[in-house]
Amino acid sequence: MAEHTQDSWRKSPGLFASLLSAPTLFLFAFLLAPLAIVWGYSFGHNQGLTDIVVDGTFANYAHALNPLYLSILFKSFLFAAVTTVICLLVGFPVALAITFARPSTKPWLLLLIMLPFWTNLLIRTYALMAVLRTQGYINGFLGLLWSLLARSLDALHIGRLAAFTPLDLLYNNFAVILGLVYVQLPFMVLPLYSAMDRLDRSLLEASLDLGAGHVRTILQIVAPLAMPGIASGVMVTLIPSLGAFLTPELLGGVDSQMIANVIERQFKSANDWPFGAALSFLLMYMTFAAIALQALLGSKRRGG
Amino acid sequence: MTTLRETRPKPGPLDYLSRWPLRLWVGATTLFLYAPLLTLIVFSFNQSKRNIVWRGFTLDYYAMVLQDTSLLTAFANSLVIAAVSTALSLCLGAATALLLWRFRFPFKPALEGALSLPIVVPEICMGVALLVFFTKVVPWPTYFPWPLNLGAIIIAHVSFSFSFVASVVRARLASFNREEEEAARDLGASEWRTIMDVIVPHMRPALFAGGLLAFTLSLDDFVITFFTSGPDTITFPVKVFSMIRFSVTPEVNAASTLLIVITVALTAIGLRLQGADAGRDGHTG
Repeated sequence: MAEHTQDSWRKSPGLFASLLSAPTLFLFAFLLAPLAIVWGYSFGHNQGLTDIVVDGTFANYAHALNPLYLSILFKSFLFAAVTTVICLLVGFPVALAITFARPSTKPWLLLLIMLPFWTNLLIRTYALMAVLRTQGYINGFLGLLWSLLARSLDALHIGRLAAFTPLDLLYNNFAVILGLVYVQLPFMVLPLYSAMDRLDRSLLEASLDLGAGHVRTILQIVAPLAMPGIASGVMVTLIPSLGAFLTPELLGGVDSQMIANVIERQFKSANDWPFGAALSFLLMYMTFAAIALQALLGSKRRGG
Repeated sequence: MTTLRETRPKPGPLDYLSRWPLRLWVGATTLFLYAPLLTLIVFSFNQSKRNIVWRGFTLDYYAMVLQDTSLLTAFANSLVIAAVSTALSLCLGAATALLLWRFRFPFKPALEGALSLPIVVPEICMGVALLVFFTKVVPWPTYFPWPLNLGAIIIAHVSFSFSFVASVVRARLASFNREEEEAARDLGASEWRTIMDVIVPHMRPALFAGGLLAFTLSLDDFVITFFTSGPDTITFPVKVFSMIRFSVTPEVNAASTLLIVITVALTAIGLRLQGADAGRDGHTG
């Protein structure tokens, strides 16, 4: 929209240079250079305790492809995919309800969905820990119900119940996926809402008038038309889930490590930086591949 | 079109929110999103240490938080980092926005691509890249007096937040009428004067909104800070992380509640500013 009013940089080279210099320098020095160095390290190996020699080896990538790490890569993708599907299934009806709510209630519903997203990720994860742990609210509540049940059965001389064994809700794969859904859900609802809000409602009314039921209208009219929103919702849920560190770190058990946790360990405790560098670039390639795929599908949709 | 209506207005066929299954669904989702946070806040006022049963109201844990020097130091670190990185992000972000809005130049798509990196690169990759950079390439001196020892974290925060500021400011600039700028130039203002007196005032709401965004991003960041902080440069989220890793205590609930209140308040102010801004502009944006 503003494109036609843009000046060539030659028109005021002084201003151009002064605006360009600081941000570009900063980008090069503190973003591109660090990433490039990690990329370089991914082709190197440790020498002695602290030195890293970059010799163009692919050994780190080969190491990342051994079954242990391959299974962690696969598991990270699986967790992210399951999280995305759950978020889509939970978020779609919510977005639908918001879209067709009365104009006066709409902003409040949006605020309701967005508010938890403003609180710190760490705190949201901690709140889930408090709910799920052995002495947490769910187990506390179930224990209370159990003891009431036991007491009434006892009083009625029906039988005795064994002591309540708390459910293992924390430190497993279930907790990680629940945590990811909890954190990512608002990200899914917003793009779905903004895509559905732009729909031509007369199409929906036409479908209903012609005798299609609500479910059929939603599946065959709303969902295809909201596809760009669904695609971007899937992206903004999938990508952060794929690289999630905090959620599996705090809610996961021994076998629910995701790729980010392995990367962290290589840099902080295992001290194998070249291998960690290779893993973090594999994660980055997976992310870029997802973005490229979305762009490709998006352009195909517009074309056809 | 209004057709024949019964006396009692019936909800339209598309008014999905008035149908009970969807109401139940939205209600359950809201409960899922809020119940953990609300219990966290409520139980920060609970007298019981065991944290499940309500034993009466107390502010003891808030007193504990306010006496915990390591937590307070971490909080002061977080505030200083957020303030300085916001100021730097604003300068860099505004310059970038102005540059991209005003000029056509070679390699512009490359610059735009580089700017989108902090948004698309996974946080953990940014974190390890900055860890490597600040230990191997430019080791940040840890003996620097406070707050200079926070420099590495400040730079790390600027590197991810300034492109967010740039995109907020650039969106705002799209509604600027360049005739105002030409008028200023015709009246004899220099290029620099025009920017400071005409363009920057137009940017101001976006600068506030972008600044608050940068401040909240910095205050909230855990992963990138986790990799760039040392033993003497712990921020609030990093401190809370080390506290909650193995236990749930009412003291952490109290500290978390304080942080929730601060971030929600900041974001609400930011949204208000942006909302007021959007209201004034009508459809020009």
